[in-house]
Amino acid sequence: MADTSSRSTSTHAKTGFQKDIFILKQLVSKDFKIKYRRSFLGVAWSVLNPLLMMIVMAIVFTTIFAQGRNGSVTPEMYPLYLIVGNVTFAVMSDSTSQALSSIIQASSLLKKVKVHRFVFPVQKVLFSLVNFAFSLIAVAIVMLWFHVVPTWHLLLLPVCLILLMFFCMGLGLLLSAATVFFRDVMHLWSVVLTAWTYFTPIFWTTDFIPMMDSHILRVLMYANPMYNYLQFMREIFLFQTCPTPLEFGLCVAWAVIAMAIGYTVFHKNEHKFILYI
Amino acid sequence: MSDAKNAAAAAEEYAVEVNDVTMIFNMASEQLNNLKEYFIKLAKHELFFKEFRALKHISFKVRRGDVVGLVGTNGSGKSTMLKVIAGVLEPSEGECIVRGNIAPLIELGAGFDMELTARENIYLNGALLGYTKQFIDEHLDEIVDFAELHDFMDMPLKNYSSGMVARIAFAIATITEPDILIVDETLSVGDVFFQQKCEERIQHFIESGDVTVLFVSHSIEQVERICKRAVWIEKGDLRMDGPVKEVCEAYRNQFN
Repeated sequence: MADTSSRSTSTHAKTGFQKDIFILKQLVSKDFKIKYRRSFLGVAWSVLNPLLMMIVMAIVFTTIFAQGRNGSVTPEMYPLYLIVGNVTFAVMSDSTSQALSSIIQASSLLKKVKVHRFVFPVQKVLFSLVNFAFSLIAVAIVMLWFHVVPTWHLLLLPVCLILLMFFCMGLGLLLSAATVFFRDVMHLWSVVLTAWTYFTPIFWTTDFIPMMDSHILRVLMYANPMYNYLQFMREIFLFQTCPTPLEFGLCVAWAVIAMAIGYTVFHKNEHKFILYI
Repeated sequence: MSDAKNAAAAAEEYAVEVNDVTMIFNMASEQLNNLKEYFIKLAKHELFFKEFRALKHISFKVRRGDVVGLVGTNGSGKSTMLKVIAGVLEPSEGECIVRGNIAPLIELGAGFDMELTARENIYLNGALLGYTKQFIDEHLDEIVDFAELHDFMDMPLKNYSSGMVARIAFAIATITEPDILIVDETLSVGDVFFQQKCEERIQHFIESGDVTVLFVSHSIEQVERICKRAVWIEKGDLRMDGPVKEVCEAYRNQFN
């Protein structure tokens, strides 16, 4: 048994922040272990999954829908275009759909232990970023295969990821809080995600946007946060340029807006959670 | 933990102060869990909730090192009181000040994930209790020793019996001397030998004089044996607060 003086210094985390960091680490590693427990290839699936998805989609969309035949994306570039878009979009869709139910899933814990409630949705976003790190291996394999030489533009990757992370955290906080009060959000969000997948140039190339008739639709397309994050990613991986100031500005703006709304809604309502879970 | 610093500075002060705490639950006649129901009710102006006061203006203070038992019949608000003190529930009115770190033994194993092994759960639960990684590394053996589950450390917890889960949970929560220990019916799990072992450890904390213990049990004898003072809560009201003998006597007499 530790004596009183050493207790306050070594046994317990000194600040709430330190405690939260350790909890986040433990929760992420928990999710990771559970995800790959009992699977033969284990963590290799994090690399294989995006690769296989890319191969399937590349075959379907180049042969049937004739994507990547003309315009800015050549057939050689199309697989890389596809995989970069896919793994980036997956960060958002995975993290938000996981964060959504995170508070409800942690209900047994929240009822008994005092712990900052935000760690649960935030943890899901961090977990999807860990997965993203593995899928980067798949992206590297595709780059090797097609002899795409990375340039210094890739140094901007952390910037893009941090902005995307904050955007997802904001959404995650908002959705997890909303789901506590209205379970409908769960069902609604899967529809929203599907719609979002189709309205974002993941498998279709951005050349289609200027061809759209409706002016409003075009504006919406360019304002779409996921369009901007995907563009950012593709520019540094594929086109080897920097994002335009407008794209970069929108990436920042969406991250700030999502965080501001998500944090405010979550913070205003979190003390009521326990009565609804 | 900033509370710990204050506690050190004012060691003679109260460890737990419950000031005029009222806890109101909205007992919706039916729970509204979806938007459609919500808007229909809103449109019909039927969005009223029946108020349920689980705790009504409860005040008491617990000195550092005190051992206090909470007694009351089922549904009288004991567990709600403990949850307010543990910081899980926020009181609707009044305030609850707690100085120092809390080891909550409320439903052992609450933070466990059944898919993970015991070893992994020790780290997860330790994190939730606010321990540092280094501390858990150093004391892992001690925890396992106390729980007496050496051979099962790498087995998923879903294969454990509830008694084994309780052993691990108790061992983690009490590995360090907490400032405040909250014990809610926990001693009723596990076999007789382990119950004894747990009681011994709690007794050890009590004797050290630094640990404040809040104890809830339906066994009046156990409360009388362990506690010095008792608080009787009945239907959300503070009925009595005083030496354990007097309170338990009065509590027993209500049935006669």
